[in-house]
Amino acid sequence: MHELAVTQSMVNLVLEEARKGNASKVKKINLVLGELSGVVGDCVQFYFSLMSKDTIAEGATISFSTVSTQARCRQCTKVFEVKESDWICPECHGVSVELVAGNELFVESIEVE
Amino acid sequence: MEIKVLKDILSANDQTAGRNRALLDLKEVTAFNIMSSPGSGKTSLILETIRVLKKQVRIGVIEGDIASTIDAQKVVQEKVPVVQINTGGECHLEAGQVGRALESLPLDKIDLLLIENVGNLVCPGEFRLGEHKKVLILSVPEGDDKIHKYPLLFSIADAIVISKTDLLPYARFDIPGFLKALKGMNRRAKIFQVSCTTREGIGEWAEWVRSSMSE
Repeated sequence: MHELAVTQSMVNLVLEEARKGNASKVKKINLVLGELSGVVGDCVQFYFSLMSKDTIAEGATISFSTVSTQARCRQCTKVFEVKESDWICPECHGVSVELVAGNELFVESIEVE
Repeated sequence: MEIKVLKDILSANDQTAGRNRALLDLKEVTAFNIMSSPGSGKTSLILETIRVLKKQVRIGVIEGDIASTIDAQKVVQEKVPVVQINTGGECHLEAGQVGRALESLPLDKIDLLLIENVGNLVCPGEFRLGEHKKVLILSVPEGDDKIHKYPLLFSIADAIVISKTDLLPYARFDIPGFLKALKGMNRRAKIFQVSCTTREGIGEWAEWVRSSMSE
């Protein structure tokens, strides 16, 4: 739902980095999206095609790398994938866990010429 | 050629949030970002908090809504400074909007700032505003399963308020099940059970708000 604002920020960030690198064209954007971020790739793609028009990023492809939600048990230190919102440690059934991955929302790199 | 970026997409918002926070700290204002679905009782909880605390602390309010000034008009009745932000369609508040609202508030005369976010259980979680505490309200009629459906906000909240507890006899809300799921996801969140109709739990909640101000 918030992809409009997220995509606008992404376009600004990409154009800024491309400018710093004296690029004349952005060919590819490598994005990392955590499952918990709730950002829908298809929506980002759609807004990007509108927002990148007439910029050096127009026509760039976006590669999405999705990160699953991972938690670490504070009791037995096991790191496990959180499936279907089950935040209980599968090893020792501890309920005190901390998030170690899943809320990422960043641009890893851009490919330019 | 590949350029390594490794920057958070919302870093521009985070920087603005950092500036808001610095201004709030300078003015010794503690800010709470209050989030929930539409209709969970954000405005009601804000009004009750004002009624309990306004003799002890100076309160200001920022109201965020897609449209209208209905909520701000309710807060004005309590005679505290309020700024309404209309996002015009955006489903969450952003740090820039809050920064502009701060310019319109008499920060020298405010100790506690209550920011009511746009009603939405998804997007507000991504956008820091410069707040000191994030509060999430879940009302009894919404159901205890929302923690599984919208985990992000539940995992980052500093306090979770279960509201409309006077409706527990009429709606299915498994409080022990909810608390167990929450404990797994977020063990530091303070939990409150309140009803703005019967005023049950309001005192305990308001006391937490007041004590968090001196942290």
